[in-house]
Amino acid sequence: MAEIQEKGGKGGKGKPKKQSTKIDMTPMVDLGFLLLTFFILTTTFAKPQTMEINMPVKAKNQEEQSELKASNALTLLLGANDKIYWYAGLPDEPTAPGVQVTDYSAGGLRKILLDRKSNPDLVVLIKPMDTDKETGRYKNMVDVLDEMNITDTRKYAIVDVDPRDEKLVEDAKAK
Amino acid sequence: MPKVKPKRARPSLDMTPMVDLAFLLVTFFMLISKFAPEEVVVVDTPSSISDIKLQESDILTITVDKNGRIFYGVEGQHTKRELIDKMAEKYNVSFTEAEKAKFSNMPSFGVPIASLKSLLNMSDDQMKKVNQPGIPADSLNNELGDWLMQTRYSNPKVRIAIKGDNDADVPTIKKVIKTLQDRKVNRFNLITDMENKPTI
Repeated sequence: MAEIQEKGGKGGKGKPKKQSTKIDMTPMVDLGFLLLTFFILTTTFAKPQTMEINMPVKAKNQEEQSELKASNALTLLLGANDKIYWYAGLPDEPTAPGVQVTDYSAGGLRKILLDRKSNPDLVVLIKPMDTDKETGRYKNMVDVLDEMNITDTRKYAIVDVDPRDEKLVEDAKAK
Repeated sequence: MPKVKPKRARPSLDMTPMVDLAFLLVTFFMLISKFAPEEVVVVDTPSSISDIKLQESDILTITVDKNGRIFYGVEGQHTKRELIDKMAEKYNVSFTEAEKAKFSNMPSFGVPIASLKSLLNMSDDQMKKVNQPGIPADSLNNELGDWLMQTRYSNPKVRIAIKGDNDADVPTIKKVIKTLQDRKVNRFNLITDMENKPTI
């Protein structure tokens, strides 16, 4: 293997020369490693990770939709610049202390969700803002859904932004 | 006194096991590798702790890039072949056999159906360079919805995955989700990168 053959020094004698049965395999091995490198680099092993979401079936009329109790509601408004405006209760009168701003860090959204973990009926309403003034990013949506998984929050829904919510955000920003 | 000549060992070692292993690995990688399909757009997906893997086959990918363009891709040559026939019929566009064959080999595309024919007539190099405007998904002209429905007719097992860029804007994503919901698709997947689960 990988040896350079040596010619026997003594020639011309009657004895037939014993030819070595070794072949130089260096080029083959080179090629082998080249292919190995190529395949290692081009293979894609990991299939993409996914998150499954189930959206609710659209209710045909208003009566089919269930009312949400103010004490169980938590609304997250996903705004621009990775900010979350959030409040507990209903948009007509958010329970004190009203609309607050937080972020996607562990001490922000996750803490809010964990603080409310004691309430098994908690429903988190995720509202990605898509108005002209405030537009969230897709990353924010996924991050929030991810936080739901991390904190094991079971009930959540992606909802459209209400005009009342927009006003609340405007007020909170003006403050 | 004759010098004690140390016996010169030839500096060669037996590399057979190493080479055996190398070829074993080559064979392994050759058999296992499935080349990543060439992407029309580069999409940087957000990360999540979810560790569900996407199913092996029959995946319909709706890609949303950072400029809000929508691209459509479905796996399976057979499905795509049927799909283009159905779409051609619905939109009254005719495609030649060569165009259909090319379509069934394309991983994804992002043009309205009216310009699909000219896209299919481009060479591969041109196709890479051309700026695809994305598939219309507005409520008035919702081609995305039609592609979706026709794909589901062609292959009912198809699983829908949304692959969005970090910076894709919410209105576009909402438009896509609304399109899905309007067609009674309430279960779909979001493609994300892996992330370690934080301890709480």
